[in-house]
Amino acid sequence: MVVFDKPHALTDAPLHYCPGCTHGIIHRLVAEVMDELGIEGKAIGVAPVGCSVMAYNYFGCDMIQAAHGRAPAVATGIKRSDPSKVVFTYQGDGDLAAIGTAETVHSAARRENITVIFVNNAIYGMTGGQMAPTTLPEQVTQTSPYGRDVNVAGYPVKVAELLSNVDGAAYIERVAVNNVKNVNKAKKAIKKAFQNQIDGKGFSLVEVLSTCPTNWGLTPEKALTWLEENMMPYYPLGVYKDIYAEEETK
Amino acid sequence: MAKVTFATDLCKGCGLCVVACPKKIIALSKDKINVKGHHPAEITDSEKCVGCAACATMCPDCVIKVER
Repeated sequence: MVVFDKPHALTDAPLHYCPGCTHGIIHRLVAEVMDELGIEGKAIGVAPVGCSVMAYNYFGCDMIQAAHGRAPAVATGIKRSDPSKVVFTYQGDGDLAAIGTAETVHSAARRENITVIFVNNAIYGMTGGQMAPTTLPEQVTQTSPYGRDVNVAGYPVKVAELLSNVDGAAYIERVAVNNVKNVNKAKKAIKKAFQNQIDGKGFSLVEVLSTCPTNWGLTPEKALTWLEENMMPYYPLGVYKDIYAEEETK
Repeated sequence: MAKVTFATDLCKGCGLCVVACPKKIIALSKDKINVKGHHPAEITDSEKCVGCAACATMCPDCVIKVER
């Protein structure tokens, strides 16, 4: 009996990501969820700009690549023109939390019935490791060689907390992929985010804490530890908003 | 009995499976080099494998197939 194999919704193309980059795990989770919900044929994904810009090579469903940060706007258009499709965006922190903040906040405020997978690795990966809006205080990057000075560069953007205050957002959860247990939890959250859309429940976003071994300057193993010790205290995991769970408990 | 197979040429030698394995029976090959130029992961003692799929769960490149 096969216990574990590559999901059908993931193509055979070898991933271009660096060794140990957890983008691969998150890609696989999204593909597994598509398989389990049987939506590969009617799903449309929107790829961002960033490391995952070539996500369209890896997912078996239809894909579009949007201008930098505009994935939720493009997804809004697709979903409104054909509500029978399952529309998701797959975005990094440089895309969603920097240039695309307006699109993200407003698509949540409008309660667009889309699913957003937000990969937060606290750095700009594709362009070579510059400071991102999500870079932690004191974190060393190419453009903050002495560590992020909050007096000059300000504070990190906590997307899950921010969007949980937007009335239109239906489901916001933050997960991580640093160990087997958390990967399984992440899959559950992603599945719920897709199921919400199928049920017409509105804007669902899953923030996934991810690693960037190359630009953090760590081995893949140490990057997982760094994520656990530094990112998880600053970006606590958990469900930040679930309006339907709140209604159920009332 | 559990059976683990590695799609060796997809492996990037990141070692996340090595860390994840509860039985500590996965290691990066010392003498083999795959088409990408990495030392691929391999199982050192397949008798001890319980087929928990922890390695495959942490593999970013879908290298590992687990059967039980």
